[in-house]
Amino acid sequence: MEKKRDFISKKEPLVSRENRKTVGYPNVENPRMTCRNVNVYYGDKQAINDVTLDIGRNEVIAMIGPSGCGKSTFLRCLNRMNDTIDFCSVVGNISLDGKNIYDKDVDVVPLRAQVGMVFQKPNPFPKSIYENVAYGPKIHGFVQNRTETDEIVETSLKKAGLWEEVKDRLNQPGTSLSGGQQQRLCIARTIAVGPEVILMDEPCSALDPIATARIEDLIDELRENFSIAIVTHSMQQASRVSQRTAYFHLGDLIEVGSTDQVFLNPLHQLTEDYVTGRFG
Amino acid sequence: MSETNIDIVNKGLGKRYRAEKRFRIYGVCAIAASLIFLAFLFISISSTGYTAFQQTFIRLSVYFDPEILGDTTNREGLASANFPAIVKQSLFKMFPEVQSRGEKKQLASLISSGASYYIRDMLIENPDFVGETIQVWLPADDDVDMLIKGHSDRGLVEAERRLNDRQIDWIQQLEKDGSIEKRFNKIFFTVGDSREPELAGIWGAASGSFFTMVITLLLSFPIGVAAAIYLEEFAKKNRWTDIIEVNINNLAAVPSIVFGLLGLAVFLNFFGMPRSAPLVGGLVMTLMTLPVIIIASRASLKSVPPSIREAALGVGASQMQMVFHHVLPLALPGMLTGAIIGMARALGETAPLLMIGMVAFIVDVPSGFTDPATALPVQIYLWADSPEKGFLEKTSAAIMVLLTFLIAMNALAVILRKKFEKRW
Repeated sequence: MEKKRDFISKKEPLVSRENRKTVGYPNVENPRMTCRNVNVYYGDKQAINDVTLDIGRNEVIAMIGPSGCGKSTFLRCLNRMNDTIDFCSVVGNISLDGKNIYDKDVDVVPLRAQVGMVFQKPNPFPKSIYENVAYGPKIHGFVQNRTETDEIVETSLKKAGLWEEVKDRLNQPGTSLSGGQQQRLCIARTIAVGPEVILMDEPCSALDPIATARIEDLIDELRENFSIAIVTHSMQQASRVSQRTAYFHLGDLIEVGSTDQVFLNPLHQLTEDYVTGRFG
Repeated sequence: MSETNIDIVNKGLGKRYRAEKRFRIYGVCAIAASLIFLAFLFISISSTGYTAFQQTFIRLSVYFDPEILGDTTNREGLASANFPAIVKQSLFKMFPEVQSRGEKKQLASLISSGASYYIRDMLIENPDFVGETIQVWLPADDDVDMLIKGHSDRGLVEAERRLNDRQIDWIQQLEKDGSIEKRFNKIFFTVGDSREPELAGIWGAASGSFFTMVITLLLSFPIGVAAAIYLEEFAKKNRWTDIIEVNINNLAAVPSIVFGLLGLAVFLNFFGMPRSAPLVGGLVMTLMTLPVIIIASRASLKSVPPSIREAALGVGASQMQMVFHHVLPLALPGMLTGAIIGMARALGETAPLLMIGMVAFIVDVPSGFTDPATALPVQIYLWADSPEKGFLEKTSAAIMVLLTFLIAMNALAVILRKKFEKRW
């Protein structure tokens, strides 16, 4: 890290807007997930151009960029959520712990258990709070009886910081909670399956600042056990929660680096335009 | 530039409000017109039909004469016993002055020709009635029934009446004795069709409809829902599924008589299934209802928000777990509504049943799926076609019964939707 700072402090001239090659540090030591030369197409239209990026262990990596830049598309490639879109195709190599998740012999069901996802709009199942959390462990067969289920529900809700608020009304529908609570319920639901990586697609965009702050604190705590990739529109949020930041622009990964560096000393002209608010 | 923006807005305001007011008036007119039509329908049907729920009965002191009956202890004896003579004898006893053969015949025609069957059934139930005299209410002939209910005018000249002056005198005498009265028409709700209006009932047609609907529901709902789930959730969207979708939509618009012809050609002629049977009727109705159910089910599957699907997939549910644990429960109310509305349409359908022989005159109440039967709308058609005046009110009453079933089914659809509807 020290070395990087020295490099930045020299304040070299910014890379010009026309150059779309990724600048910064896309690679980390001992990564959890590695993405190499990922291209995504929606039919004929290319949505992601040749993205190479690592996701490290116990880190929060934020993906920022203007609307339509492909950050959500990229995030959804990481647990193959794009499979559900018929005309979407992914080319390249995305590996989880060294295994390419797009290999023919990889089953998406266990993959999605390893790489969980939290969505933009809180989307609890229209079932009870308890069932929402217990659903994942149940279908994967992690739990055999009621006691084990109770235990996993309690620990998941505790990790998601929701236990104290809902412990007396676990049988009420998950949809009866407030927006922020619903989103934490969705996080608890994801944690209950025991993933290695959690993907978050603008998890706070539908929430008020107080609920957002709670989720951000939670993300920080979760970093101890999980790798987290978060897409966000809020640069403040990215700077608050993440250790590394990746800036996307029109399908290109423009710059990756430590959050401090990207926000304070961006290397690329486009990144500087965006983080200083001149653009986007 | 003295005119500011707000002036322009104010100038146009009147026109805008007038347009809105006009539109509201159109809407109210449309609602009123449809309500008037509906009210007219219900009032005209109920006003002619409600009298069919009552039936004129004549009280007779029936003497179970052992001489006329003969041996009634076994089946053959019962079958050959002259029950009509018993009825006539009782009637003649009430009017001893009637002697001539012609008059006796006229007198006997006041009582329904089916009355003897009631006497027989009584005797079968109570074999020890032989040799005793019992007071019995027996159904009157439909001409008498029409007269008592006021559907026939007593003031007409004799030649234009179904009943002559003597017969009306006898009826008046019976009225004076209190031996003739309108009672609840149990017959109408318990028996099948008959050539005699006073003996005709809706039960045969209702059971026929019931058996037909059972077959239709058992086949069309599971097949339709499974087809919809496969097409909507599992099938790849390509040219083939497009073609299938277009064809299903077309099938929903095919005239029902065409399905009847198809049933005639395939089920009756090719597979050799029994004619006039609810089984075949149900199969034909299934073909007709299937596209409706598939379309309704697909629409309700489509309306399940994608966020629920993503949530399920996101925690690692397989495609099938996603569909059956999350999508289907949310789509079920809509599917049920579609199914019930399809069933209601099938219940009211006549044309295809004509093609497969369910239009036959069938007296017996069907007791199974392969018994010859008819259906409620076909029964309405048959009765509407009959010349006897008594069938006029029966027709309306049968329409009331059918409408009651349809309204009940639609109400059930609403209740089910309300009950299972989940909000998210």
